[in-house]
Amino acid sequence: MSALTQSTPAAAQSGAAPEKELRPPSYWPFVVPALVVVVAIIIFPWVFTIWMSLNEWKVGSPTTFVGLSNYLRLTSDPRFLEAVVHTIVYTALSVLLPLVFGTFAAVVFHQKFAGRGFLRGVFIMPMMATPVAIALVWTMMFHPQLGVLNYLLSLVGIPPQLWVFHPATVIPSLVLVETWQWTPLVMLIVLGGLAAIPTEPYESAQIDGANLWQVFRFITLPLIMPFLFIAGMIRMIDAVKSFDIIFAITQGGPGSASETINIYLYSVAFTYYDLGYGSAIAVVFFLLIVLLAAVMLYARQRMVWTEIESGA
Amino acid sequence: MSPRQILGQIGLWLSVFVIVSPAILFFLWMLSLSLKFEIDNAAYPPVFFPEHIAWKNYADVLASNRFLTYFINSLVVTGSATALALIVGVPAGYGIARMAAHKSAIVILIARITPGLSYLIPLFLMFQWLGLLGTLVPQIIIHLVVTVPIVIWIMIGYFETTPLELEEAALIDGATRWQVFRHVALPIAKPGIAVAFILAVIFSWNNFVFGIVLAGRETRTLPVAVYNMISFDQLSWGPLAAAALIVTLPVLLLTVLAQRQIVAGLTAGAVKGG
Repeated sequence: MSALTQSTPAAAQSGAAPEKELRPPSYWPFVVPALVVVVAIIIFPWVFTIWMSLNEWKVGSPTTFVGLSNYLRLTSDPRFLEAVVHTIVYTALSVLLPLVFGTFAAVVFHQKFAGRGFLRGVFIMPMMATPVAIALVWTMMFHPQLGVLNYLLSLVGIPPQLWVFHPATVIPSLVLVETWQWTPLVMLIVLGGLAAIPTEPYESAQIDGANLWQVFRFITLPLIMPFLFIAGMIRMIDAVKSFDIIFAITQGGPGSASETINIYLYSVAFTYYDLGYGSAIAVVFFLLIVLLAAVMLYARQRMVWTEIESGA
Repeated sequence: MSPRQILGQIGLWLSVFVIVSPAILFFLWMLSLSLKFEIDNAAYPPVFFPEHIAWKNYADVLASNRFLTYFINSLVVTGSATALALIVGVPAGYGIARMAAHKSAIVILIARITPGLSYLIPLFLMFQWLGLLGTLVPQIIIHLVVTVPIVIWIMIGYFETTPLELEEAALIDGATRWQVFRHVALPIAKPGIAVAFILAVIFSWNNFVFGIVLAGRETRTLPVAVYNMISFDQLSWGPLAAAALIVTLPVLLLTVLAQRQIVAGLTAGAVKGG
């Protein structure tokens, strides 16, 4: 276009005037109000958090600049290190289980059956419902004497459990709630992936007499892998940050058996009001999430390469 | 139908039953808990269908004047945070989509990754300095952390799919950018705005972590109020379950009624990496 108008001086001149009028006026005015809000509530808090993390900052006492000592304190804080381990276990389980169940649910919801739309609506209710309200009912269900879960176990001959009231079972019990709550999100993402799969591979597999498992393992699974990866990524980011369910059911207990980084961060900042140290935890926590996401991206890259190599 | 097809049908329905029953049974059990007197809730083996229905549990929750206060608080916080997010977020989504400024979406990605508590520490101090604690303003502002990224994200995606031709035609006819946005782009974007509105309302309504730090006795939203009931009323499950159900009922109804929009919004955000 510009090359054409420049070819003759006359054309350039006649083209220039309307071009100036039609030059896309900036869209910045549309973005400015949101930019102000984002700077005020997202960027400013971030900058301020980093600054606070370099200070000894407790509510009610004067602040002093202490450099990196809040970060050094983290490395020798047994409660923080324990919280890191809890977070990793909790996250790993809360990513894997919803991925497995969500994929199965997606394969089922991909079939046609009566009432599918309504049942899908029911199926996604756990992730939309108010987490605190759900946590409350789960707490009642976990009750060792009166809870319905132990009754259900007794029906199949399994002895009663202490669920969230015992250090050894508290994290698996919370993962049970998290899985129940978030399997639907994995299902929705994978369902989107299934909808995009062409039908030809299935037709030829049917001719070759492949069974259901073989069809899933060798056709469906490789094709939905990118979607599973995205679902896993989102699940990881949410599971690491999980707060409502853990806080409302156990508050990190019994003792500190289910205290994740996020719960510990809450205690430090808003129970002890040690805001400088809390800010340091927030920064490290954020970096940890970014690191985990980067590792997953790297693993994905590697997987793609091995797929290509083994295919060649 | 061949035996093989019949077997397939049985397998399918069995799978559907296995998948859906945890959700159905949970919410039915919640309903059952909320409609039983204490004697039935404390019974072993558990009673699913009570002989006497305790409507009283609901009446008690609704009649307490505090509940009305908390309900209004929730309405004000969610309503304001959603309205403000739409006012700034819809034009922003439009601007970003038209400028193809995809890098700016990174800020939204960071907002998505950041734990909510990280915002709370600095903003808590700021509200303290400004003397705003004890009013609903801090909660309205901090709920923007939830609602603004949702709205911008969904609107970017939506405006990228709406046709440009009409807008270009209007510009040639001499309309200003604002007029084009107001009279051409905005009417077409109504379905997208509906999706953004519904998701912003749900995630703001459900939010708990901001409330437990920022809310005082008079400024609690419903999730915080329900949480506080646990510590005081540990043993009366009926009213507690009734309160929990009332808090989450608007969201559950919205989920069933607006399922299509919710699924579209969530998967759009998801597939784009949000």
